[in-house]
Amino acid sequence: MAITFELNGESKTVDVDPATPLLWVLRDTLNLTGTKYGCGIAQCGACTVHINGSAQRSCGIPVSAVNGKRVTTIEGLSKDRSHPVQQAWIAEQVPQCGYCQSGQIMTAVAFLRQNPNPTAADVDAAMSHNICRCGTAQRMRKAILRAATMQHGGEAGAKL
Amino acid sequence: MMATVEKRPPSRRTVLKTAAAAGGLLLVGFDTVQTAKAAPDNAPISPFRSWIQIDQEGQVTLMSGRSEMGQGISSALPMVLADELGVDWKDVRVEQAPNDVPRFGDQGTGGSGSVAGSWMTMRQAAAAARTMLITVAAKRWNVTPESCSIKNGVIISGNHSAKLGEFVAAAALLPVPDFKTLTLKKPEEVQIIGTVVERKDIPSKTDGSAVFGIDTRLPGMLYAMVERCPAFGGKVQSVDMSAAKAMPGVHEAFEIPAVPDVHSWGGVAVIADSTWIAMQARKKLQIKWDMGPFSNESSESLRHEFLRIVDSRLKVVIDQGNVDSALAHVPSARRVDADYELPFQAHATMEPMNCTVRFNGNNAEVWAPAQGPEWVRTTVAQVLGIKPDAVKVTTTLLGGGFGRRYQADFAAEAAQVAKKVPGKPVQLIWSREDDMTHDFYRPASYHRLSGAVDEHGNLIAWRHRSTSTPISEWWSPKDTPESSELGSSTQFPYLCHNYRLEYLPTKSSVPRAWWRSVEASTIGFVMEGYLDELAHAAGVDPLEFRLSKLDGRLVKDPISKDNRPLDTARLKAVLQLAARKSDWGTPMGKGEGRGIACHYSFNSYVANVVEVAVSDGRLHVKRVVSAVDIGTPVSPDAIRAQVESAIIYGLTAALKSQITIKNGGAVQSNFDAFSTLPMNETPLLEVHITPSTLPPTGIGEPGLPPTAPALTNAIFAGTGKRIRRLPIVPADLA
Repeated sequence: MAITFELNGESKTVDVDPATPLLWVLRDTLNLTGTKYGCGIAQCGACTVHINGSAQRSCGIPVSAVNGKRVTTIEGLSKDRSHPVQQAWIAEQVPQCGYCQSGQIMTAVAFLRQNPNPTAADVDAAMSHNICRCGTAQRMRKAILRAATMQHGGEAGAKL
Repeated sequence: MMATVEKRPPSRRTVLKTAAAAGGLLLVGFDTVQTAKAAPDNAPISPFRSWIQIDQEGQVTLMSGRSEMGQGISSALPMVLADELGVDWKDVRVEQAPNDVPRFGDQGTGGSGSVAGSWMTMRQAAAAARTMLITVAAKRWNVTPESCSIKNGVIISGNHSAKLGEFVAAAALLPVPDFKTLTLKKPEEVQIIGTVVERKDIPSKTDGSAVFGIDTRLPGMLYAMVERCPAFGGKVQSVDMSAAKAMPGVHEAFEIPAVPDVHSWGGVAVIADSTWIAMQARKKLQIKWDMGPFSNESSESLRHEFLRIVDSRLKVVIDQGNVDSALAHVPSARRVDADYELPFQAHATMEPMNCTVRFNGNNAEVWAPAQGPEWVRTTVAQVLGIKPDAVKVTTTLLGGGFGRRYQADFAAEAAQVAKKVPGKPVQLIWSREDDMTHDFYRPASYHRLSGAVDEHGNLIAWRHRSTSTPISEWWSPKDTPESSELGSSTQFPYLCHNYRLEYLPTKSSVPRAWWRSVEASTIGFVMEGYLDELAHAAGVDPLEFRLSKLDGRLVKDPISKDNRPLDTARLKAVLQLAARKSDWGTPMGKGEGRGIACHYSFNSYVANVVEVAVSDGRLHVKRVVSAVDIGTPVSPDAIRAQVESAIIYGLTAALKSQITIKNGGAVQSNFDAFSTLPMNETPLLEVHITPSTLPPTGIGEPGLPPTAPALTNAIFAGTGKRIRRLPIVPADLA
C-alpha cells in the first residue's frame, strides 16, 4: 500500500506493509539512519522524531499513521548543525557514544518549543523518559538550558 | 583482560600488500605518498604509512587506531600526535584506522588501556615524522636540522618557512629513525595535551550523520535475525520454518550451529529485505527447543550454591599474619561480620549487537562496531573457511561498548548468515531482547567478611571469603579464577597486619565476561562498604579512618606479579582532594549524609564522595564529587566525561538494574524491566583531576568502583541503614 508523507520538507511515497513501524521505513526503506533503534517498545526514546511538530517514538507508530503528515528527523533539523540545540550540544560536548543523541535532541527541540523558558526541573521532567547509557544527562541538562538562552537571542557563549 | 584471545597477525608484508590493493575506504590519500621500500620486517612502520597522512596542500589527517565508543579516544590519541608533530588541533582531520594490526598495533579497545597503551607510540610516531620532515627541509634550505622547528603545521628555520605538505613526499622516502633515538617534547613544550579541545566525533553525533555499525547501508543489503534458545546451553530440537519462509520479503530461513570459540549459541536465522520483515518472520518460526542441561538454574539456586560454597573450605589466596587469632581476641563491639552480595549485570549498550558481512566466495568485507576488530577478523575467517588475510574489517562507530563489544559472537553469526547468500551484504541485527538475554554478564558474587579494630582505631584483622561465577570459566578455564576475580583486594592498601583472602568459584551456565571495570565493580563495593563499617565500629570518621591507614607504602600484588604496585600516597591524595572539594565534615540536615570511598583499578586512583538525602524512604542522590589521579591528563574534558559516565553507570547498577535468572535464562529482556538512572535522578557531578606528569593510565572504568560504596556509605551516614546487597530496593530504606 502506498503511503505518502512529508519527510524533512520533501514528499515521500513508500510502498510497504502499512503496519511497518515508521522507524524501519526511515532506516531500511529510505536509508535515513540518524533515527535509531534502541528498544522497539517506546521505552528508550532513541527513535524519537517529530510528527506534525510533536515528539513521537517512531518504533511504535505504524507508517500508515503518518499518511499525509509532516515528519521531521534529526537529518531535517537543520542543514548545517545550526539549530540552537545542536550548537548547544556541541558547546557542552554532550555526546559520548552518541547513539541515543538523535532521539535526545529531537525530544529537547520539541520540548523547548512547548516551553521556551524552562527551569532545570522542567528539563529533567521532560527528558527523563529517554535513556542514555553513557550518562550524559548532566551535560544534556546544561545544553538545553543553554539552547533556551540562545533561542532568546543569547549567544552560544564561550565554548567549553 | 584479553590475554586469552588468540592473536595471529599475518606477516607485515602480506598485510601491506593487501591493504594497498584494497585501497582502504577510510585512508584518503593513503597511496598518494610513497614510502621507503625494502624496510626490514622489524623496522618501525613509517608514520606516513600509518598514523599521519599529509597531502601536498598540507592537510594533516591523523588516524585513530582504537575503537571509538564514546570515550573520546578518536580525539585523545590524535591530540598526542598533533602535539608532538606540531600542528594545530583545529587544522587536523581525524579518521578511524581500518583493522590492520601490523600497521596500527594492538587495536583492541578495552581495559581502560588505549591512552596508556598507545600514547608513547603516538609520541614516537609523530616525533619520527617531525624528524623526517625536518631532515628534508634542512637539506633543501641548507640549514642544520637543529635550527628547524614545526609550529602550526609550518616548518620554520630563520627566514625560511613552508607548510609540511612541501616536504612530505621526500620525507616519506627516508628510513624511519629508531624510535629510541628520538627526542620527545618536554612537558613544558606541549600545547595540546592537557588542554580542553572539541572532540572531532561530536558534531556528527548531533545531526544523524555519525555512522554506527547498525547504520551500515550497502547496495542490495539484506537483514538477518537469529532466534536463540531462551535457556543458556539449549539448542534446537526441531523447527518448522515454512510459515516464515512463505512471508513476502523473506529470502532464507535456516539453522546455524553454535560457534564454541566465541560462545555464540547458534539457533535459527532468517534473512529478509528489511529488519522489520526479519523480525516478523522470526516470530513465525515454530521451534521446539531442547532447553539443555542447565534449565533449572535460577537466581535462587545460584544463591543457594553461593551460600553453600562460602560456608565450605575455600582456597586461601593471601594469608598474612594470623587473622583467626586476632579475631578471636577482640571484644564483639569492635568486630564486624557482614555478608555482601552482587548480581549479574547486563551491558545494555544503546546500539544492540550487529555486524554486516559481504562474503565474496574467497574474501569477505566486514563492518563491525567492535572493540576487538582483530578477533572479529579471525572469527569471520574461521566461519567462512577462508584465510584471515582475505577478511577486511572496517571498524564503525560503536553505540556503547562497556566490554560487550570485545566479543565476537555477533560477528560469527553475521558470517554464518552472509555465507548463505554469497555476494550479498547482510546485516545481522539483534533485537534489544536478544541483546539483554544473550549478553556476557558481569559475574554475580557473594562475600563474607570478618574484621576488627582495636581501641585506637587500628585495623587489626580483615578476612574476606568469597565466591563468584568467574569469567575464567568461560574464557580461560586453565587460569586460576582468583587471579582475575579478586581485583585489587590482592593489593590491600590499608595498614593491617592480619589479612586473609579466601576464594572458590561457583559454577554457572550464565555466560559472563568483562563489564565496565570488571571485577573492580564488585570488589570495590565490598572493600569500601565494609571498611566503612569498621570505621564506624572504631568510632572514627570514615575519611580519617582511611587516611590514617595509608602511609605512603607501595603495595605489590603477590598474586599477579605483573601488576604495578599500588601507591598508597596517591590513593590518600585523591581521598583528600575529594574530601576537600565535597566539603567533607560540614554539617548536614536530617536524613542527609555523605559517604566516601576510593579504589585503585587499571593503575588509576579514584575517590568519590556521594551526598544523599533520605526522607520517607525516598532516596535523593544529590551530588557526587570525584577526584582522580590518572597520571598525565591527556584530554581533561574527555576524562571528566568518562568519570561522569562511570559514575552514572555505577549508580544505575546500584539503584536500578540487575539480571536475574529463571529456568536457565535471563528474566529481564528490555528497558521496561532493566531500568537506568533517568535525568531527574541524576545528581550533580563534579570531577577533579590531579595534575601529573607521570605516564597516563586508564579512565574509562576507574570512576565506577568507588561509586556504589560511597553511595551506601552516604545512606548509612544519613539513616543508619547499612546496605550490603545491590541493587538497593525500597525495603532497604524503609
